[in-house]
Amino acid sequence: MYKSWWKILGAVLVMYSTIAGFLSSAPALPILHQSIRNLYFHVPMWFSMIVLFTVSVWHSIKYLRNNDPKHDLMAVQSVNTGIIFGLLGIVTGAVWARFTWGQAWSFDVKQNFAAIALLLYFAYLVLRNAIDEEQKRAKISAIYNIFAFPMMVVLLFVLPRLSDSLHPGNGGNPGFNAYDLDRHMRMVFYPACLGWILIGYWIYTLLFRVSSLEKNNSN
Amino acid sequence: MKNIITTVLMLFVSLQLFAQGQGSGVAATLEGSDKIYVVVVCVAIILLGLLFLLFSIDRRLKKIEKKY
Repeated sequence: MYKSWWKILGAVLVMYSTIAGFLSSAPALPILHQSIRNLYFHVPMWFSMIVLFTVSVWHSIKYLRNNDPKHDLMAVQSVNTGIIFGLLGIVTGAVWARFTWGQAWSFDVKQNFAAIALLLYFAYLVLRNAIDEEQKRAKISAIYNIFAFPMMVVLLFVLPRLSDSLHPGNGGNPGFNAYDLDRHMRMVFYPACLGWILIGYWIYTLLFRVSSLEKNNSN
Repeated sequence: MKNIITTVLMLFVSLQLFAQGQGSGVAATLEGSDKIYVVVVCVAIILLGLLFLLFSIDRRLKKIEKKY
């Protein structure tokens, strides 16, 4: 966690994807036009969020196995970071929707379920704050977290596919890769995803380190 | 600090009012130039979010430093 090569890799990939994201060639599309470049910024936010929530579940399971409070702290901090990425994803999605679908929030199934998925994780934080006793809080919230994760996956990837949605990849719409993720876009999109995931993980480690310092100080 | 934040937030609220008065000039600008400015706005939002996070980490570290 304390080695820095992957942080440099993340920084380089995000820098590359931001510059290339604006300058590389993009296919000519109706309605979307140049805003297709948002693919390099909006989508990696969600991927980072999912990776961070996966990290959180991993640490929750570890906590239940060995009752080490360190893993509880790791689970909370990765949820905190994941929520920030989720919020950025939903806000950039709303801005994108405003200028392509016509409305910032058209109560599209994808938007609604993404909001509910975030609320699930807000509930996780609220649940934690509601329990005073440390071990009890850690155990109950770890179990909640393990249940929240598959719910989040279903809300984001299964339910939107079952009904009509404007969002690509849902409700009979092909995913972006089906018709316009051409060779040039792939060369930016994949590095962008990996880069943002690494940056997200880095932010999570920073939050974890700060909060473990806080904990050591208060004891 | 709180006063400054409140003032800035209030200013943003008034900006919204101005934008509506001009027949949503901001939206028209964003729609123009093949919608490239939509991407700029999204990138700015992401940067703002990360900067906000940076400030919050800074504040927490300050509190820890004060103890020593």
